Amino acid sequence: MGDKLNRNTGWYNNRFFPWVLPIVFVVLWQVLGQYNIITSTLLPTPLEVVQAAIRLFNTEELQEHVFISTQRALIGFFIGGIIGFVLGLFNGTILFSEKLTDTTIQMVRTIPHLALIPLVILWFGIGESAKVFLVAVGVMFPIYINTFNGIKNVDRKLIEMGSVYGLSRWRLFTNIILPGSLPSILVGIRYALGVMWMSLIVAETIGADSGIGFMATSAREFMQMDIVVLTIVLYAILGKLSDVIAKLFEQRLLKWNAAFNKK
Amino acid sequence: MFNIELKDVGKSYGDNEVLRGIDLSIEQGSFTAIVGRSGCGKSTLLRIIAKLEEVSKGTLLFTGEETKEPKIRIMFQDDRLLPWKNNLNNIALGSVNQMLAKESLEKVGLIDKQSDWPDQLSGGQKQRIALARALASNPDILLFDEPLGALDALTRMEMQKLIEGLWEQQQFTSLLVTHDVTEAVHLADRVIVIDKGVIQLDEEIDLPRPRVRNEKFTYYEKKILNQILGG
Repeated sequence: MGDKLNRNTGWYNNRFFPWVLPIVFVVLWQVLGQYNIITSTLLPTPLEVVQAAIRLFNTEELQEHVFISTQRALIGFFIGGIIGFVLGLFNGTILFSEKLTDTTIQMVRTIPHLALIPLVILWFGIGESAKVFLVAVGVMFPIYINTFNGIKNVDRKLIEMGSVYGLSRWRLFTNIILPGSLPSILVGIRYALGVMWMSLIVAETIGADSGIGFMATSAREFMQMDIVVLTIVLYAILGKLSDVIAKLFEQRLLKWNAAFNKK
Repeated sequence: MFNIELKDVGKSYGDNEVLRGIDLSIEQGSFTAIVGRSGCGKSTLLRIIAKLEEVSKGTLLFTGEETKEPKIRIMFQDDRLLPWKNNLNNIALGSVNQMLAKESLEKVGLIDKQSDWPDQLSGGQKQRIALARALASNPDILLFDEPLGALDALTRMEMQKLIEGLWEQQQFTSLLVTHDVTEAVHLADRVIVIDKGVIQLDEEIDLPRPRVRNEKFTYYEKKILNQILGG
């Protein structure tokens, strides 16, 4: 029955139709800019943005800044992700640890981590560690909560089955608890990837001498609108790219789950 | 091989007494069925033997020549297969090696489904995989907690035949909890009726196998049913 509901034969149900709206939008933007209905000092046309990208690519500035930003994002993500995951793991499996730390973590979580910026600048200055710290703090909580909830929501009946079948604590964890909480953990990772880029954008805009955020602020000072728009596009591409990678992981790791099984 | 000995076993949850004064000894290799209405305590008794519950009173002993702990497996009412493992690996969970797992899968006739996911199977097939998983470890004691309750009548008959055949082959001690009297008479050497936490009837079923629904069969069926409904 699910098949019947999904198999919609309308002319709009294909891979290309969702792209019509973005393409129309870009074409319209180009036309409006080209005929000076929108002045290019306010908003450069898509072609100008592409030209700016090519120019910066040829001077290798583009690669350098994207590389540095990605590096910061990933380092922060791994530090925050591992802390969040380990905390979620402990609190999901050990009651003592949950009672000791969960309430505190939930309290700290409600503070918007970007509110820490003034403090972070005072602690770390505007160096690398400040940016990595902000990303790590932002990433930590979604991964913590989803790991914790994922473990808590593993079917108790399966765990009971595992103990009847004489599985050791370790085998119980690797065979039942971890795979059972994986869907939730992956949701946490996807969400955290969004937080990762957002934290980085803010951190790099405030103070940096390299990275995409630096590109944006310095271009703003020289009124290079094409580069300003380019940086926005870059963030969008990087954000989408990380989401696609996370989705691929999901499909690979959760292929047993009917919702991800494309067979 | 092990005998199961329960002496004056009682179980309470707070003020609620679920079982009391259960004296029962189950011989190794036998097939015993426990029947009763829902909430009579029959599943609790099974869970006590599986060591999923502690007794509140009395003792549970496994006696026999061997000194090691008996290997106990349960088939639950729901299949409890791990959806993230394919069928063969689900069975391997209860087994020492892949060879035994494959053998077990062959016994339940689903070897061609070994690399499918459990969610691709029907309810009856899933229970067969669950049976294969329980058998793969060569258990001393196999407990059935209404494993066929959710299946349709035809599949249930097929499963009963399969369970009976495998039990005759491997001679594990079987304990079946069910509310289906016909199923109990069909499979068990001995039927125990529990009501309000107490054993009300302990009946030997003296019928040749494979069993057919003749006069003797209906006699046992009626006797047990009357005990449940009248008691």
